[in-house]
Amino acid sequence: MSDTILEMRGITKTFPGVTALRDVSLVVRRGEIHAICGENGAGKSTLMKVLSGVHPAGSYDGDIVLGGEPARFHGIRDSEAVGVVIIHQELALVPHLSVAENVFLGNERRGRGGLIDWNRANAEAAALLASVGLDENPVTPVAQLGVGKQQLVEIAKALSKEVRLLILDEPTAALNDTDSAHLLDLLRRLRDRGITCILISHKLGEVTSIADAITVLRDGRTVETLRTSDGEATQERIIRGMVGRDLESFYPDRVSAPGEEVLRLEDWTVWHPSQDRKVVDGVSLAVRAGEVVGIAGLMGAGRTELAMSVFGRSYGRDVSGRLYVRGREVRARSVSEAIGNGIAYATEDRKKYGLNLIEDVRRNVSAAALRKLASRGWVDGNEEIRVAEESRSYLGIRAPSVMTSVGTLSGGNQQKVVLAKWLFADPDVLILDEPTRGIDVGAKYEIYTIINRLVAAGKGVLVISSELPELLGVCDRIYTLAAGRLTGELPVGAATQENLMALMTKEGAA
Amino acid sequence: MTSTQRPPADDRAEAESAQAAALHTGTSNLRTLVTRNVRQSGIYVAFVVIVALFAILTDGVLLSPGNITNIVLQYSYILVLAIGMVIVIIAGHIDLSVGSVVALTGAVSAVLVIQQGYAWWIGIVAALLVGVAVGAWQGFWVAYVGIPAFIVTLAGMLLFRGLTLQVLDNISLSPFPSEYQRVASGFLNGLFGGQGYDAFTLFIGAFAVAGYAVSGFRTRVARIRYRQPVESFPLFVARVLAVGAVIMYFAWQLAHARGLPIVLIILGVLVITYAVVTKRTVFGRQVYAIGGNLSAALLSGVRVRTVNFWIFVNMGFLSAVAGVIYSSRSNGAQPAAGTMFELDAIAAAFIGGAAVTGGVGTVVGAMVGGLIMAVMSNGMQLMGVDQSVQSVVKGLVLMLAVAFDIWNKRRGGAAR
Repeated sequence: MSDTILEMRGITKTFPGVTALRDVSLVVRRGEIHAICGENGAGKSTLMKVLSGVHPAGSYDGDIVLGGEPARFHGIRDSEAVGVVIIHQELALVPHLSVAENVFLGNERRGRGGLIDWNRANAEAAALLASVGLDENPVTPVAQLGVGKQQLVEIAKALSKEVRLLILDEPTAALNDTDSAHLLDLLRRLRDRGITCILISHKLGEVTSIADAITVLRDGRTVETLRTSDGEATQERIIRGMVGRDLESFYPDRVSAPGEEVLRLEDWTVWHPSQDRKVVDGVSLAVRAGEVVGIAGLMGAGRTELAMSVFGRSYGRDVSGRLYVRGREVRARSVSEAIGNGIAYATEDRKKYGLNLIEDVRRNVSAAALRKLASRGWVDGNEEIRVAEESRSYLGIRAPSVMTSVGTLSGGNQQKVVLAKWLFADPDVLILDEPTRGIDVGAKYEIYTIINRLVAAGKGVLVISSELPELLGVCDRIYTLAAGRLTGELPVGAATQENLMALMTKEGAA
Repeated sequence: MTSTQRPPADDRAEAESAQAAALHTGTSNLRTLVTRNVRQSGIYVAFVVIVALFAILTDGVLLSPGNITNIVLQYSYILVLAIGMVIVIIAGHIDLSVGSVVALTGAVSAVLVIQQGYAWWIGIVAALLVGVAVGAWQGFWVAYVGIPAFIVTLAGMLLFRGLTLQVLDNISLSPFPSEYQRVASGFLNGLFGGQGYDAFTLFIGAFAVAGYAVSGFRTRVARIRYRQPVESFPLFVARVLAVGAVIMYFAWQLAHARGLPIVLIILGVLVITYAVVTKRTVFGRQVYAIGGNLSAALLSGVRVRTVNFWIFVNMGFLSAVAGVIYSSRSNGAQPAAGTMFELDAIAAAFIGGAAVTGGVGTVVGAMVGGLIMAVMSNGMQLMGVDQSVQSVVKGLVLMLAVAFDIWNKRRGGAAR
């Protein structure tokens, strides 16, 4: 039972400009459930992509030994051929095909003349479904199943490939408590059948209850591997491993002077647009003028969903709860109403949702408040240029001219254009979703400085970030979110990465 | 940020210095000016080359007074359609139904005027109302139900063709009274007299040139006040002179034929109006924003549905204008009128620099694109080229124009 099925040695993987993995080692014993923990961006997914051949051999340094044999995969077909199957967080099922068709997709059960033998396929699918405890007809379209059941179909699909090593990336992130429990039960049964599992999860309670071993990654390095049998794999220990780095001191100083309340949410609840679950559940929070408030939460905690639902119901359905801006209850049912009521939201994905990349700086800056530049529908183009020039110098946007197309700017300067757009709209409260994602350290400092100037000018700022040091560096107060629920609120003086992480990984919180 | 503060508008000195500066500031680096607008200027160069080519191939017949007048009369309705189409395309949609709408609006007008004996202008008003109603119908499905415009207008293509047949009871109607015919075939001639040429046409030409020069100079002054880069003064003068020469040559040739076509006045008003609407109004700018990045536009508070709806209403209106012009020109309504017009209008927009992915394009560009098609068809007709060859050549030109656009974009992307 205790021989090694997988050994990854000295794995280093670099992307242009970033080292995602640095000399990472992972040893997995046969027939165990091995959990991998780490913050967003710690390198968990990259490591699994290396293992499954998504990043082909040669694109990384280091060795993979699988069942005693050195393994060099050039694609996902190679790894599946030797029984390594990965189930991604985003399920890879075709919604309009039946369960059986999905199970055997790319691996069809052929009969005479190369035609698919549907009787055999459906019969085998039924057997596989029974083995994962899913009581569904194999001809049912996958779209008719809930996410929990779809997850089981994925596992049945993996079993059909005679899996030896099953990798699950955040399998329970989108599941409710019952479905999660069911899934974890299934993993235990698979372990008893001799299938080895690698489980990536943010839910530490779940990890400590099910895993035999836990490897902690941080900033692309292995921190340690803990064994539950030794009794050392406590949640505290894991959290320390996940966040244990120094708080970098590159945050500009700011004197905090909170004033009146500018934004208040009461009992804010949002349902997933297509699934039957709450993405944001009864959240109440407040932001005051001159204050930077952080929202900490891991992926899938509902941070962006919360922000977008507040911003004119851009996300979700059946949004309920009360929203107050400067003490006045507002009903922001569309983005233009939200903007009109003094709310601004800078998205986490500026290229996809924030900017018109084929247009120039000038037109992007004016996009959210074009009416301020217009009388009776006519835009004053010269005023527009002046406004853009003013933002360019005020925010230090490094572009040859305001006529430069924003697609050609660096990430940091693009982010400044996004900020310029929202500053021109002159909101009371500004929600910044991952304001420094993908930009370099120098530009980050500039963004922090801009945030400080905003609050000095009496605005309220709500910052959503995956980087805890960033939240600790810029915020006055931090809320933690886990599975759509608020799990805590800490003044920055009382917050540490450890206690935030503990709140962010809390399950079933009230 | 004190962004609402205006610049010192009452500062006369500054305004005057800007005007003085307008005479000598600016860059004369032609290369940067050309490369900056390669997508647009490429079209103008291509247009000049094609005109020159066919002028030579037809021994100058292409540019003869009579033929220039003919081109205007023959392609005006395609250009009107191209105005609406380029706006639809900038927003990231397409409209396949315009040919059928041209037929339907013309048919409604013909039934009222020819069959029922109403006044000529009632036919025009009714046609325009039908066009707007058609646009509202399609806009509703595209904007509020969310069906892709390709499907909605494909359905519209069948639907409105069928309605045309119903309205006309499967027969052609003609002729229109002479007032109605004047819309497409009438001329303003002899208002100011003239010997062998029409002075009024020349006057309108001169007026257009003066307008172009004055608005160009005012833009230049304003840009300098706002410290924006401008071309050097000699280059500015050269540009105005070149455009002025082309307009005056064009006016001179028209003046020597039959005078100023009424349809050219309609077209000119529409082009100027829509060029300004797309460039200078909130509506126009939101069209570009939707086509450039739909999600970003939504999250910037653009009322995407409303804008999409009005884009199609506008397309319906312009289709009706084209329907009136076409029925007037053909002096009646036919069940098969307007077939394939949508393709000519779409081709004009794409040749004129509109991007397949939306967000890029101009009304003036679409006009030049439409004129390229017009000059090619006309030139080949004059040369007696077979219809089949004409079709092949036009197809290839459309292909190359879009290929150029994609190649240009890829090069732009690589430079990033």
